[in-house]
Amino acid sequence: MAVPILKQAKYLIATIQSALTDEDLLALQTALVEKVGKFRSRGVIVDVTALDVLDSFASRTLRDIAHIIRLRGAETVIVGVQPEVAFAMVQLGITLEKVPTALDLEEGLAYLDKNLQHARAQP
Amino acid sequence: MPEHNPDVDAEYRVPVASVNDIVTARLQGRALAERLGFSPGEATLVATAISELARNIVQYAGNGDIELRSAVNGTRHGIVVVARDRGPGIADLKLAVRSGYSTSGGLGLGLPGVRRIVDDFQIVSNRDDGTTVTVTKWRN
Amino acid sequence: MPNITPGSFELKSIIEKEPMRSTASTTALLRELVEHLRQHRTELREEWARRITEAKVLTAMSDAEIFAEATSVYDNYVAALETGTFEALQTYSRNLSERIIPRGVETHEVIGIVLLLRDVLARSLFAKYQSDFQLLNQILDAYEPAANRIANTVAVGFVQERERIIREQQEAIRELSTPVLQVRERLLILPIIGVIDPQRARQLTEQLLRGIRANRARVVVIDITGVAAMDSHVANHLVQTVEASRLLGATVIVTGLSPEIAQTLVKIGVDLGKMNTVGDLQGGIEEAERLLGYKVVPSEAPAQISGIREES
Repeated sequence: MAVPILKQAKYLIATIQSALTDEDLLALQTALVEKVGKFRSRGVIVDVTALDVLDSFASRTLRDIAHIIRLRGAETVIVGVQPEVAFAMVQLGITLEKVPTALDLEEGLAYLDKNLQHARAQP
Repeated sequence: MPEHNPDVDAEYRVPVASVNDIVTARLQGRALAERLGFSPGEATLVATAISELARNIVQYAGNGDIELRSAVNGTRHGIVVVARDRGPGIADLKLAVRSGYSTSGGLGLGLPGVRRIVDDFQIVSNRDDGTTVTVTKWRN
Repeated sequence: MPNITPGSFELKSIIEKEPMRSTASTTALLRELVEHLRQHRTELREEWARRITEAKVLTAMSDAEIFAEATSVYDNYVAALETGTFEALQTYSRNLSERIIPRGVETHEVIGIVLLLRDVLARSLFAKYQSDFQLLNQILDAYEPAANRIANTVAVGFVQERERIIREQQEAIRELSTPVLQVRERLLILPIIGVIDPQRARQLTEQLLRGIRANRARVVVIDITGVAAMDSHVANHLVQTVEASRLLGATVIVTGLSPEIAQTLVKIGVDLGKMNTVGDLQGGIEEAERLLGYKVVPSEAPAQISGIREES
């Protein structure tokens, strides 16, 4: 099932449904890269609130997404990791290293705003 | 579905031949864990472990199956997951399950992680018979 | 009659393997004895209640209460004999246990009274069929496995309920002993004191994560000054807690790190450069406030800390 991607001003918000397949994730990667280019987005939020399991493939793909998006000049934030999912992840040694995370959509947007401010403050 | 007490005799087999089967296997695993009385947090642990085991099957053997069983030991209730394939086998088993702190250890099979979260972990792997991982997790 | 010793719960699997011979004659026999047990319900139930009192069990309950429960136990017992299914009985047993465990009723009492009922009913069957030895044998062949399965079902139900209650109590105690404190908006403090076994560590992490979500905390200060012993297991738990908190968007500052503990962490492969550590709790709180953008103004009065337990 395709992941819905909304455009909110200069950001994109992708909301993941539960029972996400490998194909869905890879399709998401393609779609985000395309849309970031098309809309010149400055940030991407991937909302995983509904995700029941975040396994090693998902974590690798999310890291890949963040990396590619960064190359396109935008920052990615993962939001909504559930406490049980976070717990399972650390127990199994699955990390989202180097990918910014925030509690929810609101925090994610705040992070992207602050990040943008800092970027603009650079000479 | 068995006739008498479903709690005691549940047994499911999920064939794993593609990445989509990984989702099926973990959904079944979560459902069984919840029916057996595992908390949502524990059920997530079980589902994530199943996801990793199923993924190994697809990635390294092409196909195999995941068997899900309930387990009873006196008054303890738990779940048994058997991940079976006829793939090439794991050459260095010790290395595969070695649990260091480093999360990238274990030959990328995620086995150290799975081993950390289960109560009993057994693995048999060789070139002729493939790999069979049997894990048991008891309900807290 | 086979002996069922209380506490031998391996018996459950033995009894379940015993074939319930559901031949037509067994069904007919069971029907006949169920009919008999229903007909003589009043007197048999009284006989049973009398023997319960004689055996001095269920002393925590009044006679009226015993009688009330005895009636429903009797009826459930006979119903299980009649239908040959035990789910309803198991549910009933757990409900009954939920009621009587807080009254102080113990395992041996529950098993005892079920066995008393089994015997009272058996003797009644002896009395009725004693003139026809062959029929008596057939009746007992039908009755015994069912009666044993009933006794086992009730006992297991009781024990399961007891264990569930104990687990809940333990969990409650653990939660009480580990408060997650909200000091300021978006800032949580978790002082860890004492011995950390794997179960407590897991519970600490779960509580903290729920607290982060409930309080929308951006920074967490974990103080380990009071931790009794830091071995590699505990160190691993700590690292996992830090990583899990980060996944929920919270930065963790670890305070109270002694040189010995720092060594343990390095030994298990933790990159201390990546972990945010500060010497003491006060310093950690100041660092946290700095991260959150608060200006820290030194004042005369000691810092106020209000403890607000997280809602889950």
